Amino acid sequence: MTELPLQTRKKLGLVIDLDTCVGCHACVISCKGWNTENYGVPLSDQDAYGAAPSGTFLNRVHSYEVQPDTGPAQLVHFPKSCLHCEDAPCVTVCPTGASYKRVEDGIVLVNESDCIGCSLCAWACPYGARELDQAAGVMKKCTLCVDRIYNDNLPQEDRIPACVRTCPSGARHFGDLGDPDSDVSQLVADRGGVDLMPEMGTKPVNKYLPPRPKDQMPDIDVLAPFLAPVATEAKGFLGWLDRTLDKI
Amino acid sequence: MTHKQPVLDLSPPVSDEIRKTTCYMCACRCGINVHMKANGDGDMKVAYIEGNRDHPINKGVLCAKGSAGIMQHNAPARLRKPLKRVGERGSGEFEEIEWDEALQIATDWLAPIRAEAPEKLAFFTGRDQSQSFTSYWAQNFGTPNYAAHGGFCSVNMAAAGIYTMGGAFWEFGQPDWDHTKLFMLFGVAEDHDSNPIKMGIGKIKARGARVIGVNPIRTGYNAVADDWVGITPGTDGLFILSMIHCLMKAGRIDLDYLARFTDAPVLVNGDPASPDFGLFLRDANGNQQVICRKTGTLTAFDQPGVRPDLSATHVVGDITHRPVFHHMAEKYLTEDYTPEAVADRCGIPAKRIRAIAAEIARVAFDEAFELDHEWTDFRGDVHKTMTGRPVSFHAMRGISAHANGFQTCRALHTLQIILGTVEVPGGFRFKPPYPKPATAHPKPHCGVTPGKPLDGPHLGFVQGPADLALKPDGSPARIDKAFTWENPMSAHGLMHMVISNAHAGDPYKIDTLFLYMANMSWNSSMNTGGVMQMLTDKDASGDYVIPHVIYSDAYSSEMVAFADLILPDTTYLERHDCISLLDRPISEAGAAADAIRWPVVEPDRDVRGFQSVLCDLGARLGLPGFVDDTGGQKYADYADYIVNHERRPGIGPLAGFRGADGTDTGHGAPNPDQLDRYIKNGGFFTHHIPDGAQYYKPWNTAYQDWAVQTGLFDAPQPYLFSLYAEPLRRFQLAAEGHGDRQPPDHLRARIKHTMSPLPIWYETDQQGNDGFTITALTQRPMAMYHSWGSQNAWLRQLHGHNPLYVPTKLMREHGLSDGDWARVTSPHGEITVPVLEMAALNDNTVWTWNAIGKRKGAWALGDTAPEATKGFLLNHLIHELLPPKGDGLRWSNSDPITGQAAWFDLKVKIEKAPAQSESKPATPKQKSPVPAAARNLAWKTTD
Repeated sequence: MTELPLQTRKKLGLVIDLDTCVGCHACVISCKGWNTENYGVPLSDQDAYGAAPSGTFLNRVHSYEVQPDTGPAQLVHFPKSCLHCEDAPCVTVCPTGASYKRVEDGIVLVNESDCIGCSLCAWACPYGARELDQAAGVMKKCTLCVDRIYNDNLPQEDRIPACVRTCPSGARHFGDLGDPDSDVSQLVADRGGVDLMPEMGTKPVNKYLPPRPKDQMPDIDVLAPFLAPVATEAKGFLGWLDRTLDKI
Repeated sequence: MTHKQPVLDLSPPVSDEIRKTTCYMCACRCGINVHMKANGDGDMKVAYIEGNRDHPINKGVLCAKGSAGIMQHNAPARLRKPLKRVGERGSGEFEEIEWDEALQIATDWLAPIRAEAPEKLAFFTGRDQSQSFTSYWAQNFGTPNYAAHGGFCSVNMAAAGIYTMGGAFWEFGQPDWDHTKLFMLFGVAEDHDSNPIKMGIGKIKARGARVIGVNPIRTGYNAVADDWVGITPGTDGLFILSMIHCLMKAGRIDLDYLARFTDAPVLVNGDPASPDFGLFLRDANGNQQVICRKTGTLTAFDQPGVRPDLSATHVVGDITHRPVFHHMAEKYLTEDYTPEAVADRCGIPAKRIRAIAAEIARVAFDEAFELDHEWTDFRGDVHKTMTGRPVSFHAMRGISAHANGFQTCRALHTLQIILGTVEVPGGFRFKPPYPKPATAHPKPHCGVTPGKPLDGPHLGFVQGPADLALKPDGSPARIDKAFTWENPMSAHGLMHMVISNAHAGDPYKIDTLFLYMANMSWNSSMNTGGVMQMLTDKDASGDYVIPHVIYSDAYSSEMVAFADLILPDTTYLERHDCISLLDRPISEAGAAADAIRWPVVEPDRDVRGFQSVLCDLGARLGLPGFVDDTGGQKYADYADYIVNHERRPGIGPLAGFRGADGTDTGHGAPNPDQLDRYIKNGGFFTHHIPDGAQYYKPWNTAYQDWAVQTGLFDAPQPYLFSLYAEPLRRFQLAAEGHGDRQPPDHLRARIKHTMSPLPIWYETDQQGNDGFTITALTQRPMAMYHSWGSQNAWLRQLHGHNPLYVPTKLMREHGLSDGDWARVTSPHGEITVPVLEMAALNDNTVWTWNAIGKRKGAWALGDTAPEATKGFLLNHLIHELLPPKGDGLRWSNSDPITGQAAWFDLKVKIEKAPAQSESKPATPKQKSPVPAAARNLAWKTTD
């Protein structure tokens, strides 16, 4: 069993806006591309052109239909990756110390050279955020692009996770959630950001911004002030027109 | 175990080099940074693709398709060498041949056609992004039979926009994302302008602006819309006209804007005895006439100081000529368009229609604002500020792909115009070279002379019957019957009718069908089974009814199997291209922009860019534009053409870095270093519009002058928006018996009815639909582009299955549960497919993802791939012709005005079917011309 650090100097994580996520999967594929070429072993794909293609992804988008008590059904797109929990059960369960939480920034990583592929961590994670790479036999998970965010070879503006950089609708934000003054903390405060499954006691760092209430436009009747008729038929309308044009 | 951390290299090298080019994973054309790494042998390979932050389209972001480009570039489905058919058509039996032999075969087929009857070549180029070039080639060949895929995509939107206001959405213009406060989206739109719309929605929602989605299906953008209107498919026009009724009736319209900038005050000839009845009153110079409210006199609309009167009429003798606005009041204020009258047909409660109309009006007028930009209009009036009306709209194929789509799109543009939201802050903004009215575009040409070029551009915008593409005997000049009485304003041609008409010999037989990147034997045709039959049918002498088929594609698509000769194209990372202002531009509302592709890697197969092949083939055929003075090949390849071709003196495919030293913009001599300058600039070029010229472009003298300086047009061309489309009225006049060129009698009533100069809504032809009451639609996933995505190992893991999504009510009615199978029938055909329940869906609509279903043997997929077993196409249910009416005529399943394929008019019924092992119909396997794909993938470029 592996110990967590008593505390981390930062709590780097993602804030994901469910109000603007259109479910386009841009983050999923950008992540796949970056992490195939970078940290650790490539993200492999089995039966890539066959009956049951199945590859390793560190980030997936799920879609759920929601039926509110009143109003039409809704569709919510829900991107999910490692939430870099403060009390990460995937770390404490690790028998070799391969899973660890970084002291500097709180990022949860797998040291692939120490990973024996036992998958205990994937079982322990209540979010299903870890995937065992079938080709390499090692556990893969979101690294928060630890090889981008401090990378001197990238321009400053690109030192963010690949999924955040690519998100077309701006639904993904990256920053220090341990700093109450950071942009991401402010966003969470303003928009009522929430933890995913807080009852699990994992204290996830990543936060989700809930969708704004939908289908709230009130029906109005014919005499509502915004659409009060100036006339009931064409002739009356042309009379109104003449009177109005005189005033312009 | 105590906490321990390994030492990490936090600054690993990202790549050895970044090469900046343009994406081609869909038609959006984003800028991409292609990260290159040297592999173990020292060869530079594509390692990673990300968005280019400097690029005007995507500003750094990139969608799933774009990031997955590396898997398309490395796809096992890539063709490797020219192919000659050796088995029966459709079988996929080919032998690989050398390029010289391939080009000789093509020359031997095409040279005699050109010498004797150029129209026997039908050259259609699908999802072509080089139409300015391919049309030039076809024009030089001399055939009238050229078009790209617009006719089966969104020509209704494009043409309605051009005829109404000089441009439509996407490539023509965009919402003013920086100022809009209410964005209303109609119909399927996820697949055009893909990243900019996502960026825009994110941007406006971040500042609290609202989105209304009108779509029978609540996915994608509609899923994040604040309000969702699950409209009955095909009734958008009726809904919009009802909102126009409400807005006019309440006086919530922009009278000042309508008077100054639209044809609302233009006088319409009211004399029923006149051959010009219903046309505009014009002066001796042909200018539209209005009454000036200051002087009360009749005057041309554009004279200095004129204040056009929306209300005044002009009486001559006992005839009263009334302005367009009177006609609008008369038409739209009737009870026909009250919310109560349309609610049931639209499936939207009357109170909700009113609520939406009221909300639009509230934002447009009560949240209006002023930008402190002085500007001068074409009458010389100086405006101290620019008035913002922060309501914007977007729509594409969803409302286009109905047989009433053209008028529906016209209605949407009319709604924007009466609100005064077009080309104003917060509303809709054109992108250069638009705005450009229909009258500034070419007209269609069809003058064929054996051995000579066509007499002008193929496609264009007709102004009346005189511009139709008819032979002297009145029969269609074009194989697709574009620009005929059946669909007079078919600005993009009718690619979906080519194979059917060529097979029927109606209007005539052809010799060679030459196609480029259009999967016409599969997802890009209606009646897929029938089209495969037409391509393989033989005549009495045992020859194919369509004698020769040449096809160019980069990948092993379904269409490959039906060609006699395959010219293998490169991937988008291996080629030159230009995204040109002469073609389908990528400008932004605030800047003209164009871009290139260049070979960031050389092909590792014996393939050639199709446009370069046309340079070669054009020279072999001696086409005037493709040979030099000595008869030699004029352009060595497409790159040579891009740099050196001049459409007019000083105007070429690319606007940037022109002139000998590369300092000219728009105009200028060819610059031999132009492509290098583009590459150094990130693969694109932008030229910004000055501040005072950013809005009111059609009427703003500063913009008009800038456009002339930039080479977009030769002289300022201010114009009025056409609420009343005079070209439509000219066709009605012909149908009423006026003029020399007369429609056939069987079309008179339809022309009179559908070609109303003011937008109308009509029910599409329902003959044969008795008992078929459910609308069936397709959508394209945001992570896929037509048939291309399934060969991509990453993208097919996102969208490898396409069940039929069925609303809860119909699931219950038919006793269906998730995973059950249903037989879906239309008047034309039958499919048996798996179903999945969806609640966020119009109660009477079913749908599926477009083009996921694949033929076995295509795209280098395994035979048990779900795309080839359970995947399916709705295309089998849709015929390119309407059911026979008993009159012996072939009525196409298209918009009667533009010929746009009416994909979304499909009506079906469903019933539960026994479980199946595969979807039906199952098409027999085609033999793959490429080797089987690797089973598993795991690589790093540097290995």
